[in-house]
Amino acid sequence: MDDMSENEFMHGRKHDHEEHEDSSRVEDHSEECAPDPTVHEHKLDLAAVRAKLRNHGGKQYWRTLEELSDNPHFEELLHREFPRQASEWDESVDRRDFLKLAAASLAFAGIAGCGNKPEQLIVPYVKQPDGLVLGKPRFYATAMPFGADAIGVLVESHEGRPTHVAGNPDHPSSLGSTDAITQASVLNLYDPDRAQTVTNAGEIRTWQQFLDAAAAAVSRSKTVAGASLRILTGTITSPTLAAQIQSVLKLVPGSKWHQWEPAGSDGPREGARLAFGRYVDTVYRPEKADVILSLDSDFLASGPGHIRYMKEYYRRRKLTSPSDTMNRLYVVEPTPSVTGATADHRLPLRASEVEQFARALAAKLGLGGSGTLEGAAQKWLDAAAADLQKHRGASLVVAGEFQPAEVHAIAHAINASLGNVGTTLNYIDPVEANPVNQLDSFSELCADMDAGKVDTLLIFGSNPVYDAPHNFDFVSKLTALKKSADPNKQERKVGTTIYLSTHFDETAEYCDWHIPESHFLETWGDARAFDGTVSVIQPLIAPLYRTHSAFEVLAAFTDKPGVTAYDAVRDRLKAAGTGDQEKFWRKTLNDGIVANSAYPPISAALKFNPASLPPAKTPSAGQIEFIFRPDSNVYDGRYANNGWLQELARPVTKLVWDNAALVSPKTAENLQLAQRAAARGGEHGQIITNVIDISLSNSQVTAASWIVPGQADGVVVLPLGYGRKNAGFTGSNKGFNAYMVRTSGALWMASAGSDIIKKTGEDYPLACTQYHFQMESRRKILSAGTLEEYRKNPSFAHEGDEQPSKDISLYKEFAYPGYAWGMAIDLNSCNGCNACVIACQSENNIPVVGKDQVMRGREMHWIRIDRYYKVETETGDPGGPDYDALANPETFFQPVPCQQCENAPCEQVCPVGATAHSAEGLNDMVYNRCIGTRYCSNNCPYKVRRFNFLRFQDWETPSLKLIRNPEVTVRSRGVMEKCTYCVQRINNVRIEAEKQNRPIADGEIVTACESACPSEAIVFGNANDKTSRVSKLKAQTRNYAILGELNTRPRTTYQAAVRNPNPELEKA
Amino acid sequence: MSASQPPIDSPEIRRLTPVLAPGHTYSSVTDKISAIVLTRPISLGWLIGFVLAFSVFGVLNIAIGWLITKGVGIWGINIPIGWGFAIVNFVWWIGIGHAGTLISAILFLLNQKWRTSINRFAEAMTLFAVACAGIFPLIHTGRPWYAFWMFPYPSVMGIWPQFRSPLIWDVFAVSTYGTVSLLFWFVGLIPDLATLRDRSTTKLKQIIYGMLALGWRGSARHWHRYQSAYLLLAGLATPLVLSVHTVVSFDFSVAIVPGWHTTIFPPYFVAGAIYSGFAMVITIAIPLRKAYGLEDFITMRHLDNMAKVMLATGLIVAYGYFFEFFMSLYSGNKFDVFLVHQRLHGPYSPFYYALILCNILIPQLLWFQSIRNNVIVLFLMSIVVNVGMWLERFVIVVISLTRDFMPSAWGRYSPTVWDWATFIGTMGMFVMLIFLFVRVLPAISIAEMRELVAETSEEHK
Repeated sequence: MDDMSENEFMHGRKHDHEEHEDSSRVEDHSEECAPDPTVHEHKLDLAAVRAKLRNHGGKQYWRTLEELSDNPHFEELLHREFPRQASEWDESVDRRDFLKLAAASLAFAGIAGCGNKPEQLIVPYVKQPDGLVLGKPRFYATAMPFGADAIGVLVESHEGRPTHVAGNPDHPSSLGSTDAITQASVLNLYDPDRAQTVTNAGEIRTWQQFLDAAAAAVSRSKTVAGASLRILTGTITSPTLAAQIQSVLKLVPGSKWHQWEPAGSDGPREGARLAFGRYVDTVYRPEKADVILSLDSDFLASGPGHIRYMKEYYRRRKLTSPSDTMNRLYVVEPTPSVTGATADHRLPLRASEVEQFARALAAKLGLGGSGTLEGAAQKWLDAAAADLQKHRGASLVVAGEFQPAEVHAIAHAINASLGNVGTTLNYIDPVEANPVNQLDSFSELCADMDAGKVDTLLIFGSNPVYDAPHNFDFVSKLTALKKSADPNKQERKVGTTIYLSTHFDETAEYCDWHIPESHFLETWGDARAFDGTVSVIQPLIAPLYRTHSAFEVLAAFTDKPGVTAYDAVRDRLKAAGTGDQEKFWRKTLNDGIVANSAYPPISAALKFNPASLPPAKTPSAGQIEFIFRPDSNVYDGRYANNGWLQELARPVTKLVWDNAALVSPKTAENLQLAQRAAARGGEHGQIITNVIDISLSNSQVTAASWIVPGQADGVVVLPLGYGRKNAGFTGSNKGFNAYMVRTSGALWMASAGSDIIKKTGEDYPLACTQYHFQMESRRKILSAGTLEEYRKNPSFAHEGDEQPSKDISLYKEFAYPGYAWGMAIDLNSCNGCNACVIACQSENNIPVVGKDQVMRGREMHWIRIDRYYKVETETGDPGGPDYDALANPETFFQPVPCQQCENAPCEQVCPVGATAHSAEGLNDMVYNRCIGTRYCSNNCPYKVRRFNFLRFQDWETPSLKLIRNPEVTVRSRGVMEKCTYCVQRINNVRIEAEKQNRPIADGEIVTACESACPSEAIVFGNANDKTSRVSKLKAQTRNYAILGELNTRPRTTYQAAVRNPNPELEKA
Repeated sequence: MSASQPPIDSPEIRRLTPVLAPGHTYSSVTDKISAIVLTRPISLGWLIGFVLAFSVFGVLNIAIGWLITKGVGIWGINIPIGWGFAIVNFVWWIGIGHAGTLISAILFLLNQKWRTSINRFAEAMTLFAVACAGIFPLIHTGRPWYAFWMFPYPSVMGIWPQFRSPLIWDVFAVSTYGTVSLLFWFVGLIPDLATLRDRSTTKLKQIIYGMLALGWRGSARHWHRYQSAYLLLAGLATPLVLSVHTVVSFDFSVAIVPGWHTTIFPPYFVAGAIYSGFAMVITIAIPLRKAYGLEDFITMRHLDNMAKVMLATGLIVAYGYFFEFFMSLYSGNKFDVFLVHQRLHGPYSPFYYALILCNILIPQLLWFQSIRNNVIVLFLMSIVVNVGMWLERFVIVVISLTRDFMPSAWGRYSPTVWDWATFIGTMGMFVMLIFLFVRVLPAISIAEMRELVAETSEEHK
């Protein structure tokens, strides 16, 4: 890994594929692709080709394909997939000829499709790259930039194809784990809908033509007064990219940098400024906190550092014996988040009431100001405040990203007064390269565009036509015409618009230039993590298409357009490296981070008194509060075209492929909203809900409603990121677009009378993978208790056990003399974050089936996360009239992979022995023996088996062939499949161990789900080894098997969840 | 009702209601039965019926073609409901296929004379039902082209089926039953085929019937061999009647799914099978005797007896339902208790109530002589029982799967148009085969009817 050099990631396939042409080809491995896409590999005799075309001009039509195909050059053109290559011809082609060629190439696509495939050889490397063994994956450290964070990852690469993303243990934001979005990012690389070439007004252009256009813009700004260049980006933490922007700003007079991150909030930034007079970032240390209060913060599942926070938080919840202690989490929030759902105490409050809560808490803690809450909420507050005070210096108050600046400032003040600064949290300089109030920054841009002050606009990292506040009407800003007396000389106010993005999306439609953006696995770069650590982003593969990075695009505006990102990153790091530069560079690449580059803690003097705040505005009680939140899967919409994320059940709602307006059960009753399980799919697939019209802020949106137990009454959550018009095949026209009713004045919260919600009278089917949330008194499915119960009765999970004796089987007991693979899942550590689900999907080539199939109950995930509410209701569904029981239910999550039963019911009923037991206790699937009777699935009490009812795998799309893990069979239709405990990983380790003639060590085999899990809830190992981690967990009194009374003897066992409620509140 | 039918007004006369109307001679019996095959012209009614049934059979072919093209995902099955209409229909058809062999073999051994005129077409019906049933286990697999792996053949890989699986037992049970039923039916046909050969007027018919008659000349030795072979086959078929549905019930009772895992299933399935089988025989016999004027041969005595068998087996089935519930509740097993609750109050409870109505409540009318002797009511009731028995299989197979152990995995099932097309398609195939059968083979055993003529004429002397 440490011998990585700049051109070593290559022999990745330069894969030019036209979306609807089947043109998969085997690349010659002996030929390393050059990283520079402008290098010509073949020369065409284009003059002859054109001459021939001219002869065919006039009224003569091509009669047959053969007539055209008699020219060998044409064939060559065809096999190079002509349309894209046209852009690199050094001579310009006139439009007419171009169209002819394009038409011919399409015609030839037909010929190529009818056999007569080009003859190509598969040959081994002439010179094998160092350290590479064909068939063995290699791992490279890189980082995924995400908002104001960069998540360090190790990417698995098979013969130059990145296939799987795992966390980088050396990276501070990962510590070896990832989240669902990071796991799924590799699919974005192979997205067949990615933009593939530079275009101007929809026509293909060369990169050189773009460089000329950029140079022209720069010279215009130097010569024409008022012709300024504006750059609009998302949040940027990359020092190199920021330096590049700064150099452009310096070079181009009148230029300005604006930022707009639709799902990033100005609250934390402005809160810091309110509290400290300047921007600072807060780094939490949940590991050091005994008591944590979250003010509407989902710090375990979103926001900078969340993977690390989750890891640290759950390290304080690991129990080995009843005498162990745990931290305690209080959450105040309007809608159940992953953090809140598993908190020890959760108080549903409307988003606007969180500020009142914060003020009241500050008052209670004696920080000045005043405020009280009503009844039970005040009691809750008193208990939490007492608990925080009891743990001075070991407590933590976290304010939510989407809360206003005031709440953040109050949180800073409370933390300071509790002596937490320096222990459970630190302040550092902002990680963002240029922290600004983004709303102001973006408004300024819009105003300047309106005023005609913008000549050239460069946009990247943001999709403003889709995600700008709708009152900005960004489309009209882009298209507005200058006032002109002459109707024939209409000019736009904004001269040139240049847009860099991965897809030809909503904004691209309205911009002149579109530059296809490279994926982070295709480019060099750097980014700061949440704590300031610099990570180097190194490419795993040469760009699949003619794509460019933001760095390259910016370079076009400088005087050195040829500088590569690689050089720039290396140059910047020279300063950080001491001693041997080459050694330092290689170590940095190997580790994925620049050593010791984290920002040191700074002391920030509090200049804020909660008492000085003006009184809070409180909406009247009868009003409905609309809150906007980024979606847990598609985020602000940027992942809308990622099928893995679309089909991933959202942690709390379990909805897939859609967003919905979320309401509480009581609000649903008031608005007369209902939902029911459909006859097809039912609880496991299809729920019919009412459709509502929401007329908010002079705009209207039509959404499906969804009832969420535990949501605060009177709150409607509108998840962002859906309703995209031009996201690609997978992501377009799904759900509703909440940006349509989001204005700059109410980015996160808007309130209005309930009359603005109207039932349309229509129903809409939503795909929901688990609608039924009751355990039906089946305690042995998910066992949970409190710390107090656990201490009183360490075996509380075994109350009323009916474990049958081992000798009642007809068959002889198998001894398992060697390894006995087993898994332990600590329910105390699971908050349903879904990282494991996507990790499994990526590792095991699990197909995406689409909304229709999910609605029929046929999703394919090998590991699912069940969510249960600890309530008993009459109807057992959220649409029923059990409002009180569902007002704030205790929520539990349970990951369920194949339980690998020793006494597996599935094995006994398979007529052809396609599922059989291994000597190490794995319940193996023999795909090529399976005839698909589905008897095994019927007889599986856990229903973890998945069946290929149709041909779910995509065999056609060439780019998707590259993403598959070559170590796992790709299943076709008619075959049953299920979790294998990542048997390919077991065998890889076994081979290594046997080569070294030693037993497999504990922790050497890491399953994909275990590797991804940020809370370390999943542990895999050898149950025969009494010293292994898994054996120790299984030896705990909390250990139990789901449905153990069935005598299935599962190898996957669970450790009962233990909550740590405050006894004060329990009494009440 | 036939005009020659004596009025039924007293138990005495009822007992004496003949299995063959008086006045028939050897030749009149032979004439009447063989005429259906040999001399009667194709009637418009037959033609319309056949074309209709054939069209529906076409639908079956389209449905299976599409299934093989796309996969079983065109059906409504999902996870957790891995088995849907295909298995419901399989069990239903196999059940229907019980009556024929029961009538032929068991009643033969018990020397029940009244079986004579219905055994032939009941056996044919059995074969056709087994053929319909046999389609389903084959096509319901994900990869039907590999379904032969369920047979124990010496594969080069040295792999055998997994003999612990009830599906393998099924393969043996159903294929044995099908084979023995076919043999039994064919052996019974031999003397009649010879009769048809002798009465055929065209060369083609003579050759075909001649080949099928296997050189039957009606010698005493032939008759001797024939009768011992028939007796042996009857003895062989008798345990199979009981074993097939017992083994089919193992598919469910061996599994651990609540609602499947019940020891009462074998007898309860067999009783249910006979119940539905007799219902189907009645469903076919009533139109058949009407259309071809066979009221003299299939008399009210037959219908009356079959109705009584239906009533008896229906009561066994009712007992099964009762004890299924009783044992679930008595066991205290929470999953079984829950199952009872689901049957009565779950989302599919209307199906359960419909099943109770069709299989238990309505058939109680059969206690009344007047109902048993009302051909139309009896016909309707036989349809009701067939619907009820189909519902029973639906309730057992599908509804048990919708809500089993893990509440998080609960789901629902709803058939697609292809489920219906396949199901109705097999009915088309069944009816089509019956239509063909009555035109090419004697629907009533001529030879046995002649024996009956001899016996009844002795009685009347």
